[in-house]
Amino acid sequence: MTGAAKPRIELVDAVKVFSGGDVEAAAVRGVSLRVWPGEVFGVIGQSGAGKSTLIRLMNALERPTSGRIFVDGEDLAALSPAALRRRRRRIGMIFQHFNLLQSKTVWDNVAVPLRLEGGLSAATIKARVDALLERVGLTALAGHYPSQLSGGQKQRVGIARALACEPKVLLCDEATSALDPETTEQILTLLGELNRELDLTVVLITHEMDVVRRVCDRVAVMEAGKVVETGEVVEVFLNAESPVTRRMLGEDDRLPLRSGSARAFRLTYRGEAARAPFLSQTAKATQIDFSLHLARAGEIKGEPYGQLVVSMEGARLDDALARFQAAGVHIRELQP
Amino acid sequence: MSPLFANVDWAEIGKATLETLGMLGGSMLLTVVLGLPLGVLLFLTARGQLLASAGLHAALAFAVNVLRSVPFIILLILMMPLTLALVGTSLGVRGAIPPLVAGAAPFFARLVETALREVDPGVSQAAQAMGARNDQIVLRFLLPEALPGVLAGATVTAIALVSYTAMAGVVGAGGLGDLAVRFGYQRFQTDVMVVTVVLLLILVQFLQMIGDRLVARVSHR
Ligand SMILES: Nc1ncnc2c1ncn2[C@@H]1O[C@H](COP(=O)(O)OP(=O)(O)O)[C@@H](O)[C@H]1O
Ligand SMILES: [Mg+2]
Repeated sequence: MTGAAKPRIELVDAVKVFSGGDVEAAAVRGVSLRVWPGEVFGVIGQSGAGKSTLIRLMNALERPTSGRIFVDGEDLAALSPAALRRRRRRIGMIFQHFNLLQSKTVWDNVAVPLRLEGGLSAATIKARVDALLERVGLTALAGHYPSQLSGGQKQRVGIARALACEPKVLLCDEATSALDPETTEQILTLLGELNRELDLTVVLITHEMDVVRRVCDRVAVMEAGKVVETGEVVEVFLNAESPVTRRMLGEDDRLPLRSGSARAFRLTYRGEAARAPFLSQTAKATQIDFSLHLARAGEIKGEPYGQLVVSMEGARLDDALARFQAAGVHIRELQP
Repeated sequence: MSPLFANVDWAEIGKATLETLGMLGGSMLLTVVLGLPLGVLLFLTARGQLLASAGLHAALAFAVNVLRSVPFIILLILMMPLTLALVGTSLGVRGAIPPLVAGAAPFFARLVETALREVDPGVSQAAQAMGARNDQIVLRFLLPEALPGVLAGATVTAIALVSYTAMAGVVGAGGLGDLAVRFGYQRFQTDVMVVTVVLLLILVQFLQMIGDRLVARVSHR
């Protein structure tokens, strides 16, 4: 994925400052990143971190104050207005509030981008819209208006519309933030399928950890206009370095309970390590005592992981830690 | 003829009705033709919009406000030379149409602007994101979305025009309102007043009903 291929999207030191009257707001403060063809790239951060501005730089809905943005090697700033419009047709976008036309039926909403192209025959448009609606499972609702649809159905229309011109990239600005958990799950599943079926590169911004964990391959964590951490989702989640990421994960490095000489650790493991009973085996072998403060387990993109917060004491504590390491467990000592 | 309506000359009433409808039809058509683009321009030049231009917006808004603040009866008189130049006469139904349009088009333009402002800004964003040109954004996204508001505005404007036409008698345009003023009010012919007012009421009701139906037909919220 990150081999010899050229990045689909590349930001080089992108800065965006909004100057409204006398106040200046730096929404994006020097972000460089690469999104590779075919990956699902997540950007996570709290509200106001600059995520929307960042994603809007990728289709030039916002112009950078400085820095450059490349899509398929093309500098967006160098494109003529007409070339930029053509380029945008190859970059789909979906939104938190769907942004559908209330005045048009589901079918016509999906046809809108095709009609903008001009020169496509009615038969071509019909075939394409029918196929898209079929793919997102909305054939039966083709004649309905958006106001008659549920949130999940509206987002499916948004997805079909975004894919109408066969883009290589799909930008998703909080696409599931207005949806309930079950619908979110369905939409994320659909996005994952489309990513594989169409080799579609997906950039997905969200403030929800779960969304990233469900579908993203890589993630960038944003805070106050900067990317503070970036990498494979599993790595970033399990070995979160930055305070922001840890806060978003709900991790707390202060130890709630403490007793005597015990030292506290957060143990993180995934894949094969998650299947082995390493804690009890190690405790038996090294005769350490431990108390468990917190445990959680789950899956990231289908891979099992687990995380424990334990305090441990015993003469052979170092031996125990070495055994954990050998079992592929990531260890971080928590400060009292 | 019923003694109840002793003063009513039905032929006169028929003629006045046609004059009112003529003034209304002609001025409404031109009001839409001029007011719609003006409203779109007011909207597009406002801050944060596609053609944002503080200077142009202020100039347009000022012109609109001037026309809207002049009482219609004054506008009618002030415009006489211009009307003469435009339509060759400042009298009759034809002479009434330019001042009617000058009074109603700015009003309608403001209603169009308001209707466009009520369109979810996300729609325009989605349009830009899918590579629409500015003219496409207006014609294929904004106006269709604002259509219920625009039609409701057109209904209000048409009804306002009905009452403006009553003053057009000043330039000899005739019409039902003129009849009501000249006979009903100035000559105390209450029956004429009643008949003309009832006819105007029917016209207004009819316009409102048509307007409401059109709005309902294009609303899918
Ligand atoms: N058009 C704009 N004008 C002025 N400030 C803006 C604009 N868009 C965003 N901002 C500011 O930039 C910052 C980042 O906003 P945004 O990119 O929407 O963050 P996020 O999507 O992460 O919530 C915020 O402080 C916001 O107020
Ligand atoms: Mg946002």
